[in-house]
Amino acid sequence: MDLFEYQGKDFFARYGVPTSSGSIVRNAADAGDVADSTGYPAVVKAQVQVGGRGKAGGIKLVGSREEAVRAAGEILGMNIKGHVVRKIWIERASDIEREYYASFTLDRGEKKYLLMVSAKGGMEIEEVAASDPGAIVRRHLDPIDGLSVEVARQVVEEAQLDEVAREPAAQVLVKLFDAFIQGDADLVEVNPLILRPDGSIHALDAKVTLDDNAGYRHPEWEAYRADMELDGREALARERGLNYIGLDGTVGIIANGAGLAMATLDVVSQVGGSAANFLDLGGGAGASTMANALEVINTDEKVRSVLVNVFGGITRCDEVAKGMVEALGKVELKFPMVVRLDGTNAAEGRAILREHESERLVVEGTMVGAAKVAVEMAGKEAK
Amino acid sequence: MSIFVDENTKVIVQGLTGRQGRFHGLRNRDYGTQVVAGVTPGKGGTDIEGIPIFDTVKEAAAATGANASFISVPPKAASAAVLEAAAAQVPFVVCITEFIPAKDEAMVSALLRRDFPGTRLVGPNCPGIISPGRCNIGITSGDIALAGGPVGIVSRSGTLTYQALYELSQQGVGQTTCVGIGGDPVPGTNFIDCLAAFEADPETKAVLMIGEIGGEEEEKAADFIRSYVSKPVVAYVAGVTAPPGRKMGHAGAIVSGSHGTAKGKMDALRAAGAVVAKNPTEAGELMVDLVAHL
Repeated sequence: MDLFEYQGKDFFARYGVPTSSGSIVRNAADAGDVADSTGYPAVVKAQVQVGGRGKAGGIKLVGSREEAVRAAGEILGMNIKGHVVRKIWIERASDIEREYYASFTLDRGEKKYLLMVSAKGGMEIEEVAASDPGAIVRRHLDPIDGLSVEVARQVVEEAQLDEVAREPAAQVLVKLFDAFIQGDADLVEVNPLILRPDGSIHALDAKVTLDDNAGYRHPEWEAYRADMELDGREALARERGLNYIGLDGTVGIIANGAGLAMATLDVVSQVGGSAANFLDLGGGAGASTMANALEVINTDEKVRSVLVNVFGGITRCDEVAKGMVEALGKVELKFPMVVRLDGTNAAEGRAILREHESERLVVEGTMVGAAKVAVEMAGKEAK
Repeated sequence: MSIFVDENTKVIVQGLTGRQGRFHGLRNRDYGTQVVAGVTPGKGGTDIEGIPIFDTVKEAAAATGANASFISVPPKAASAAVLEAAAAQVPFVVCITEFIPAKDEAMVSALLRRDFPGTRLVGPNCPGIISPGRCNIGITSGDIALAGGPVGIVSRSGTLTYQALYELSQQGVGQTTCVGIGGDPVPGTNFIDCLAAFEADPETKAVLMIGEIGGEEEEKAADFIRSYVSKPVVAYVAGVTAPPGRKMGHAGAIVSGSHGTAKGKMDALRAAGAVVAKNPTEAGELMVDLVAHL
């Protein structure tokens, strides 16, 4: 789960990482009162789950109530890389001496945690990584050892943070590491991590991705989850317990297993079509799961055909076929459907579906064949 | 021959008394695997269809001479289960458990490296391993595999593993061993471990490798293939058109650079001499062709 900045700051605060306090505003009209209570100069920041909002104009410095209301009006509703801004965060502007960068992630290849620190923080960190990789200090941390303050001190020195910043930065890194570990985050990133004129270190931004698998030990995450913004289809899919990601194409995809679902998207594109979604049914795709999947896809206005790609391993194809027939009895589909069944009991499964075969329900034996039919159908339906 | 397991492998099932563990453990036994014991704390002395249950892995291993463990327990209990098996000196552990927190995986991996280098973990979140006709540990349906080789399979994806097995078997091309290494962030066994084992296995004549977007294991495998694998490799990487997801922050991009995309992985594998297929069906066809000309 990717947190919004304001949630990330709340998350940081739990682990003692210093951040600015502020408030969330959903209507421009409310921005004046909030900014007044924050004090000026204040910063109005778009809350979107994507990087690069600064460059896109989603962050504005304001010096008065009028400016705050105007900035809020401009930013709310703004589209930043496909993300519509529905919330803004207003906080008191910080005095900035220097901008640094710090992050913790898991380096899969090394099977260790990776701490990265740079004295060249700010908006252009990816360019720094490309043009001046030496300016980013990388330190792998063994999970057993964690991060000691001694190692944190070495890293900030190596990264050539200003001398006055080093000790407080090392202390903040240790707290940030606590947030990363105890908070079960896949990523914590602060850009910029600022040095203030009084010599203190402060997280001016917060990018946090939480590990959904660890949710069972964090009841406090429920508040974050409740505030997530999903489009209608994705919200419905989550409610139904499906692994669904909305895309922009015309062929709806239903597959069992994430790998097979990805392969299905690939094949649809190879035969000249475009997928409307990624949908993994998971193991044991029974009638209710299938009905849920069809219902979610049914709500997508762009879909012109649907491709069901099931490979029976543990899941038996005859059971999938029975489930599908039952699901079709419950859901009235807006589009024609192609079904590819292969694997365990595939012949029996196809036989069950053939009894219901029509122009609107076609049974195919291979993945590529099924994709071709689905793309053809989508083309015809579009006309 | 086969890699990691064979007809002499004796398997403990940790979690045999649970619904999943019982279902898959008994299926593995029906396949012909020597499933010699189950472990569930507090249920020692009972049995599941004749398979004795012990309270601890140590007791089970001592009583039965087991040399492998199949872990099918909930995510909260999985890390402790892996470490228990390792502490009991079980050399080969398959963990199918899904949804284990990444921090737990990283810690288990570090502890295995430091304290139990004699234990190989396959998984978690994987279908397991099957050496057709000899041993099946995990959730792969034995019906879709074909004994006799000559192909070794290693895959990050569950359903694509089944798909690969099935397509080869349908064409009469058998497998020596098929390892599902799982798609989690910190897998116990990776592509390189399996490629090295297949290279050393005289019965394996060619390797089918199935990757996915994310991480850089496929790129590392490509480097390994170039330097150390003399046998032909056919590869498929899923996710050329995969949704980019809601990537946040820059740390991932800084770490992996151009790595991680399906295209980058396929280019690396092709450059290393592997035959790269554009979809799983083509991967099967290319391998059938290749085997016909061996």
